[in-house]
Amino acid sequence: MGRASSKEDVGALFRSLRSAYAATTLNLKIIDLYVGFAIFTALIQVVYMVMVGSFPFNSFLSGVLSCVGTAVLAVCLRIQVNKENKEFKDLPPERAFADFVLCNLVLHLVMINFLG
Amino acid sequence: MARSIVGFLVLLLFLSFCEVASFFQPISDPHRSAALELFSLDHGSFESLEETYEALRTFDLLGIEKKPDVTATACRLISEAVGSSSSTPKDLFYALKANSIAKCAIEDKAFQGIIKRLNAAVDGASSLLDFHYSVGGLVLIKSYKADVHLANADGIFRSVKAFSQSDGRWRYSSNNPESCAFAAGIALETLAGVVSFASSELDQSLISTLNDDISKLFDSIEKYDDGTLYFDDKLVDGHDHQGPLATTSSVVRGLTAFAAVSDGSLNLPGNKILELANFFLGIGVPGDAKDLFNQIDSLALLESNRVSIPLILSLPSTVLSLTKKDSLQVKVNTVFGSNAPPLTVKLVGAFTSDSKDASLVESQELVFDAGTGLHNLNNLPKSIDIGSYSFVFEIVLHKSEHEKVYVTGGQKKVPIFVSGLIRIENAEISILDSDLGSIETQKKLDLAGQSAVSLSANHLQKLRVSFKLTTPRGHAFKPHQALLKLRHESKVEHIFVVGNSGEHFEIVLNFLGLVEKFFYLSGRYDIELTVGDVVMENSLLRAIGHIELDLPEPPEKAPRPPPQPVDPYSRYGPKAEITHIFRAPEKRPKEELSFAFLGLTFLPLLGFLIGVSLACITFMFSFNQQKLSRVGVNLKNFPTNTVAATFAILFHVGIGAVLLLYVFFWLKLDLFQTLKVLGLLGVFLVLVGHRILSYLAATSAKLKSA
Repeated sequence: MGRASSKEDVGALFRSLRSAYAATTLNLKIIDLYVGFAIFTALIQVVYMVMVGSFPFNSFLSGVLSCVGTAVLAVCLRIQVNKENKEFKDLPPERAFADFVLCNLVLHLVMINFLG
Repeated sequence: MARSIVGFLVLLLFLSFCEVASFFQPISDPHRSAALELFSLDHGSFESLEETYEALRTFDLLGIEKKPDVTATACRLISEAVGSSSSTPKDLFYALKANSIAKCAIEDKAFQGIIKRLNAAVDGASSLLDFHYSVGGLVLIKSYKADVHLANADGIFRSVKAFSQSDGRWRYSSNNPESCAFAAGIALETLAGVVSFASSELDQSLISTLNDDISKLFDSIEKYDDGTLYFDDKLVDGHDHQGPLATTSSVVRGLTAFAAVSDGSLNLPGNKILELANFFLGIGVPGDAKDLFNQIDSLALLESNRVSIPLILSLPSTVLSLTKKDSLQVKVNTVFGSNAPPLTVKLVGAFTSDSKDASLVESQELVFDAGTGLHNLNNLPKSIDIGSYSFVFEIVLHKSEHEKVYVTGGQKKVPIFVSGLIRIENAEISILDSDLGSIETQKKLDLAGQSAVSLSANHLQKLRVSFKLTTPRGHAFKPHQALLKLRHESKVEHIFVVGNSGEHFEIVLNFLGLVEKFFYLSGRYDIELTVGDVVMENSLLRAIGHIELDLPEPPEKAPRPPPQPVDPYSRYGPKAEITHIFRAPEKRPKEELSFAFLGLTFLPLLGFLIGVSLACITFMFSFNQQKLSRVGVNLKNFPTNTVAATFAILFHVGIGAVLLLYVFFWLKLDLFQTLKVLGLLGVFLVLVGHRILSYLAATSAKLKSA
């Protein structure tokens, strides 16, 4: 009885999450997809490293950190662009996007240098 | 005069019994080639008139033909000196001396000038050298012009004589208190010149005092161990020190000049002349031009002097081989190598270091071969076996009147080596048992061949090597070296002397006693035998084989073998090759795996693109259906305004360019090049981005407000 109810609860939880998520704007969904893509790429690189060893360690770090870094920047962008976020009400989203682009360019310069 | 001759003969007889211990070679071709080398023209000219004269005189005496350039140079220098009014008496003296050999033409007017200047120099002379050059010059001119005469000969004689000292030496001037034999020679030459001018005017007693001076001078003569005589000056300050050769040669010049004018009143023992000649011959071939001149000039004067002519006994070879049946050959010449008068050479005796007084041969005469000019003894007597001997020779002149003219020097002792082949027989090597002395291994050694024996022994055994040595005449022979050497693999060596009793040579090495000496080193020892002597023609140094020696273990306190000498140049040679240890390269994964994961990396990107397109399609579909006038920034909201559109395109192009730059950076460029380009691109991107984004912001704000 408890198990069945917890199962039902989990199912109900997922359904409510899905319906709530459907209400988000397209922009935010795209940013979420981007973050997911970056994280997945990082995970694949970690699995590869686990399989073959960490010989050029700087390359591994560079790859993983560029993925993680760009994911973090995307999350920042999402926070700033999200209209429901009262903190960044006065910040124009274009400005946030410009920041995102600039920071990504700097991040990738450093990562390419570190790639070796 | 008769008295002096008798005195002479007595001295000669007395001295003929003295033994003279060495012999010298007369002047020969090595001297001639040395003369040509030493007296070569330096930059086409001689350095001074003195050198010119020395060169000419040496060439003349040695019989070397004068080369035309030498004569031309000499004549040039002579005529310069003679013609110049600033020439010193010394220059004129040497110019005239050189001219007496070179025979260049000098004008009569020049002679007159010279005579006047020399006479003035004689009048104004105050030192010995002034007198020497001026009087000497006038003597030389006498050979050209017989009417030259010396004024005040008596006064000049006394002035020069005034410089003499009581010990027979002379001073250079009244200011200088130092006297030397070199100056004495010069003074005698000068006085002889004065006498030659005016012997009738001079007081004979003065001339006879010179004889006393000469004998006093000979009191200070010095002697080498081999009997040769020479003069040397020991001056307190050495800057004028001439050396024994120059001093003796100066004295000889003075003596012979004086003997030539004194009509035989000079009483000089012939044996001393011989020993002076031996001194000059004993120098060999000098390396200096002046030394060579002094040697040759003095010997020439001694050869033709009026006292006595020395005869030199020499041997072409002092080593005689019994194997080659060499015969003993002796040569007798004058000092310049010219023929001696008829004489016989007698071998008086042959002595070894053992038989001091008993001669091994009878007194016999050598046979003279007129063709070669040598005195031969064709067959060495049977009593002469190999070894080193001292042969004593004596020269006997055939004509008795020659004995007044020539001096032979009595008996001459000459060291002779007689060499031959030594027979080595019964050579064998054996290993013996220590206690019983019984032979365990015995092998014959072939010392003439190349065979090597191989033995083994332990420390309880003995090694014995034995052989027999006999001379060609069948006697026992003890060589200087009879050594046995054992050398270990580690280069440690041990040398033992092989003892003998008569002909039989034997050495026994008892390893029990030698264990400590060998430093307890077991292993292979190479054996080497050395038998050698200076008169042995077949001396040998041979590796006769090796022995494997088994010695016990060294105790703790045993002495270590000495460290072997390291070749001192080995530290300049190449060092040992260094093998570098590199870090092993990391194991790389298989290429296929890497490519698989590369493909796998693109999956999320693909997923992203698919997701984005799905989301857009869903949105547009719902947008069309709902017709929502949503407020929001549409991703596809591309501005329609052309200017803005351009900027938008440029913005995207800019970003693309930066990403492309990063690709190039990874592929090829370095950081600084990248940063340079990035700087330019970044500025462009910022400007463009600012334009487009501010335009977008403005439009969305308008929408919001509207």
